[in-house]
Amino acid sequence: MRPGQGKGLLAYAIAYMVFLYAPVFLLPLFAFNDATIIAFPLSGFTTEWFRVLWQTEALHEAVENSLIVGLSTAFLATLLGACAARAIARYRFPAKRGIVGFIMLPLVLPEIIVAVALLVLLVQLGLKLSLWTVIFGHVLVCTPFSIAILNSAFQGLDRSLEEASLDLGETRWGTFRRVIFPLVLPGVISSLLCCFTISLDEFIIAFFLTGTDVTLPVYIWSQLRFPTKLPSIMALGTILLVLSVTLLFLAELFRRRAARRQGLDPAVSGGFL
Amino acid sequence: MRPGSEARQGLVLISPTLAYSLLLLAAPLATVVTFSFWTQNYLDIDTTLTLDNYRKAWGEPIYRILMGRSLLISLIVTAVTVLLAFPVAYFLSFHVRRRKAVWLFLITIPFWTSYLLRVFLWKVILGYNGVLNSARMGLGITDEPLTFLLYNMNAVVITLAHAWAPFAILPIFVALERIDRSLLEAAEDLGDGPLRRFFRVTLPLAMPGVIAATLIVLIPTVGDYITPRLVGGTDGLMIANMIQTQFSKANNAPLGAALAVSSMLIVAAVAIVIYAIGRRLGGRTQ
Repeated sequence: MRPGQGKGLLAYAIAYMVFLYAPVFLLPLFAFNDATIIAFPLSGFTTEWFRVLWQTEALHEAVENSLIVGLSTAFLATLLGACAARAIARYRFPAKRGIVGFIMLPLVLPEIIVAVALLVLLVQLGLKLSLWTVIFGHVLVCTPFSIAILNSAFQGLDRSLEEASLDLGETRWGTFRRVIFPLVLPGVISSLLCCFTISLDEFIIAFFLTGTDVTLPVYIWSQLRFPTKLPSIMALGTILLVLSVTLLFLAELFRRRAARRQGLDPAVSGGFL
Repeated sequence: MRPGSEARQGLVLISPTLAYSLLLLAAPLATVVTFSFWTQNYLDIDTTLTLDNYRKAWGEPIYRILMGRSLLISLIVTAVTVLLAFPVAYFLSFHVRRRKAVWLFLITIPFWTSYLLRVFLWKVILGYNGVLNSARMGLGITDEPLTFLLYNMNAVVITLAHAWAPFAILPIFVALERIDRSLLEAAEDLGDGPLRRFFRVTLPLAMPGVIAATLIVLIPTVGDYITPRLVGGTDGLMIANMIQTQFSKANNAPLGAALAVSSMLIVAAVAIVIYAIGRRLGGRTQ
C-alpha cells in the first residue's frame, strides 16, 4: 500500500467523521446556550434548560413510561433471544434456515410496516392500546438484535465443558446454571443493554401503539412543534446522548469480555451488527 | 444423542421465539393483507373482499407520486450512502492496523443517539435561521440565507444518508476484511496496477458486502416517516407519511393497509433485482 494513498484516505475518513458527528456536537452546544433561538452565534452559558426539565411534570411521566417499556423489552427480548440463539448454535433441526430467517425478518422490514400491522391486529382483537402494546412491538424488533449478540456468545461455547459437567453428575438445569450461564453472562448483559437502548429510542412503533401513556420519544415529538420548548429538548437530548453512549460502552465492554472469556479475539468477533 | 432427539430439543428450544414471531409478526402481517381487501364505510369496516384500495393505491396520482418519490429518494440515499461509505470501510480494512475496533466504535456512536433528535438537528443545521446559514452570514460569506437547504428532497437525502452511514460501512468493512491478502499480492505480481487490481480483485470480492449495505439502507429508508415529516416540507413527503395519515386523520385504515402492502411488495421486488445483479457481478470470482 502506498503511503500517499493512505494519507488521502485518512483525510477523507476524518472528514467523514466530522459529517457523522456534526449534529451530535450541536446538541450539548445549544443545551448550554443562553438563548431561546437555536442559531449561531452562541450568546452565553446557562444550565437553565436542565432546570426546566427538572420541573416538567409530563416529562417525568414519559421517562417513567420509557423505563418501564425499555426494561420489560430488554428482559423479554433477551429471554426470547437466548432461547433462539442457543437453539441455533447448539442444535440441528428441520427448517432451521426458514425459521431463523422468519424470526430475523423485523431487521429488514420498514418499521412503519411492523407498526401498522400490529396496530391493525390489536384493533381487530379489540385490545386497548397501552404501554403493553408498545412493549409487544419493541420485543419483536429487539429480539433479532439479541439473537445476533447472543449467537456469538453461544457459538463460542466449548461443548466439551457441557459434556464434562453432565458426566460429572450435574443435571441439565445444573449444567445450564453453573456452566453455560456464567460463560454467556457477559453476552446476556450486552443484549440487555442493547435492547434497552433500542427501545428507549424507538419512535414509530411507540407512536402508533401507544395509548394515553406516551414514551419519551413520543413526548419529544409532541414538543418539537413548540419553538420555546426547543432549548430544553436540546438539554434532554444531551442527557440521553450521554446515557446511551455510556450504556453502549458498557455493552461493548461486556461483549468483549465474553469473547475473551471464550478465547476469541474480541475485535474480530463482530460488533453490534 | 440420537438425531431425532437433537432435532426435537432444538425445535422445543426455539419454539417460544418462533411462537412470538408467529403471533406478533405473521398474524399482524396476514391481518394487514386481509384488511387491504376490505373497505372503510364511515365508521364501519365493510368486509366484502374488493380490489378497490389497490386500484386507488396504484391508480390515483397522489399515491403514485408519493410511492415513486419514496423509491427515488431511497435509491439516491442508498447510492450516496454506499459510495461515501466505501472509502471509509476500505481505509479501515487496509490502512488501519491496530485501533480498528476504536474506529468502528466511533462510527457507531452517532447512530446510537436518538434518531428523532438527529433528524431534528439536521433541521436546525439546514434551516433558514439555522446553523449553516447563521454561520455563513456570521463569517460574512453571504448576506442572504440559503433557502434551498430545508423542506425539500435534498434535505431528506442528506439527513437519511447521515442516519444510515454506519449501516453501510459495517457490511462493506466485513467483506473487505475477508479478502485473502495474498490474492492482491498475486494480482500485483502478475502485473496489475493498483487501479486494475482494485476493479478486478478487490471490488468483486467486496461485492457481497456492498450488496448487503445497499439492501440494509434501501429497505428501511423507503418506509421512513420521521425524516420526510421533519425536514421534507410538502415536496419531500414520502409514502410512510401517507400511510400514517390514512390510519389517523383520513380514517381509512384499509387504504392505508393497501398502501403498506403495496410499498412492501415494491421494496421486495427492487431488493430482489439488486440482489440478483449483485450475485452476477460478484459471482464470477467466487
